[in-house]
Amino acid sequence: MATTFTKIASVSVGLLGASSIDFTSIPSTYTDLVVKMSMRTTTAGFRDLRLSLNGSTASFTNVYLEANGSTAYSNTGAIRYLGTMPGTNVTASTFTNSELYFPNYASSNFKSYSLDATGENNATTNYQDLLAGLWSSTAAITSIQLTPEPTNTLAQYSTATLYGINKS
Amino acid sequence: MADTKIVVDCSTGEVSEIELTAEEVAQREADAQAFAEAKEAEEANKAAKVAEKAALLDKLGITEDEAKLLLG
Repeated sequence: MATTFTKIASVSVGLLGASSIDFTSIPSTYTDLVVKMSMRTTTAGFRDLRLSLNGSTASFTNVYLEANGSTAYSNTGAIRYLGTMPGTNVTASTFTNSELYFPNYASSNFKSYSLDATGENNATTNYQDLLAGLWSSTAAITSIQLTPEPTNTLAQYSTATLYGINKS
Repeated sequence: MADTKIVVDCSTGEVSEIELTAEEVAQREADAQAFAEAKEAEEANKAAKVAEKAALLDKLGITEDEAKLLLG
């Protein structure tokens, strides 16, 4: 149970969109980190959101449960998956609602993380994910990059807020 | 496609919109191919699992709802 929940930084994407949101110089003074996200992309369909830590795109693995409105399934992957964002032909002004949690982000152990994510498409197809991920690095997490799948863009009003948690 | 990234320096709170370097743009293009291949493999794995599940239910002669009842 978190005893403190401190907002470190928050960002909202402007009119022209963005290729990524990067939280850098993250202080090591907290126990855990949480990123709350509300994301949308400017490409049609449903598109992946992805994670990089400390500028690294290597040594990521995950397992997830996903449902898409008609089928539920589990899967594993190494594409740094952070759920699915709605695009231009999905219900207007709807965004993902997701939370990414890093326990013991400054430790010298490999870094685990968890994600829960869902969209709010007003139609049959909509993605929900529960994901457990591992970054096999002993480095303390000092930066978090959130990117859409390559060559896609985060849409205006997409937001991400980073929180630090102490003594959870 | 946006060619800017939003960088938040958590030590100062400063938010900057930074144009991608030519190197970063090139890397992004290169990543697209690798991503497409990895994504395709993941989707194929996912589809295979769904098909396996359907085949098993068919073999057992029960529906997915009936399987849920059995396991519930």
